[in-house]
Amino acid sequence: MKLSVVVNEGPYQHQAADTAYHFCRAALAKGHEIFRVFFYHDGVNNGTRLATPPQDERDIVKRWSELAEKHDLDLVVCVAAAQRRGIVDEDEQKRHGKDVNNIAPGFRISGLGQLVEAGIESDRVVVFGD
Amino acid sequence: MEDTPEKYEGGVVKKFMYVNRRAPHGTIYAQESLEVVLIGAAFEQDVSIVFLDDGVYQIRKDQDTSAIGTKNFSKTFRALEMYDVEKLYVEKESMEARGMTVDDLIVPVEMKTSEEIGRLMEKQDVILSF
Repeated sequence: MKLSVVVNEGPYQHQAADTAYHFCRAALAKGHEIFRVFFYHDGVNNGTRLATPPQDERDIVKRWSELAEKHDLDLVVCVAAAQRRGIVDEDEQKRHGKDVNNIAPGFRISGLGQLVEAGIESDRVVVFGD
Repeated sequence: MEDTPEKYEGGVVKKFMYVNRRAPHGTIYAQESLEVVLIGAAFEQDVSIVFLDDGVYQIRKDQDTSAIGTKNFSKTFRALEMYDVEKLYVEKESMEARGMTVDDLIVPVEMKTSEEIGRLMEKQDVILSF
C-alpha cells in the first residue's frame, strides 16, 4: 500500500514524534511504500540538525535522517510552520537574511501543497498527533 | 481499493475532511489548519470542514484579539466560499455544551450530531485533524 504520514508534534514532548517513526519503520519492513512524510505544526522541529540529545538517549532527528537515507524517504517540512519556528534551509536562510540554517539531512522545506498532494496520491494518510 | 491516481490535475477528486477541534487563539493549530484548507483549495478536491469540541469557537462571531496580541483570523473563514469550500459542519453536542447556536457563528454552517459526523467521516478519503 502507498502510505503518507503526517507528523504534527515536536520531538521529545509528544509520543506522536516517536510513534510516527516506528510506524514508518514497521510499514517499510512490511513492504509498504511511504510516498511522503509531512511535518507540520511543531512537527517541523523534528527536522533540526542542531539538536544534540545526550549520547545515551535516542536521537529523534538523526533517526529520521538515517531512515530517509536508507529508504530514500521524502521528508517534507512545511515552510510556513518552519518559518514560525525557526527551521531554515539554505534557500530560506538567503531569502530571510538569517545567519545560519539548520535543516537536518534528508529533510526538505516545501509548501502545504505537498501535504494535499500526499493525500491525493496515497492510498492512506496516517496522522500522528493529538 | 481504487486505482492510485496518476495526476490530480487530471480530475482525480478525493473527499478531504478537515477537523478543527481546538480553541482559536491559545495555540497556532487553528490558524495553521486554515492555511492548509486555503492552499488545498487550489487542488479542487471535495472539501469539508468540521468544527467540534473547542473548535466551534474558531468561527464565533465578533472576536476581538487586540488585548492578547494574536491574529484575528476568524474573518478568513468567510473567504472560504470564494474558494468553493462550502461544506462546513458544526457538532451539535459541542455547540450545546458551550451554550452556542448557529446565530453565534461568523459563517453559515450545517449542524450535525456526533453520530452524523461519524457517518460523514466514514465516507472520507483523507481526514486531517487539527
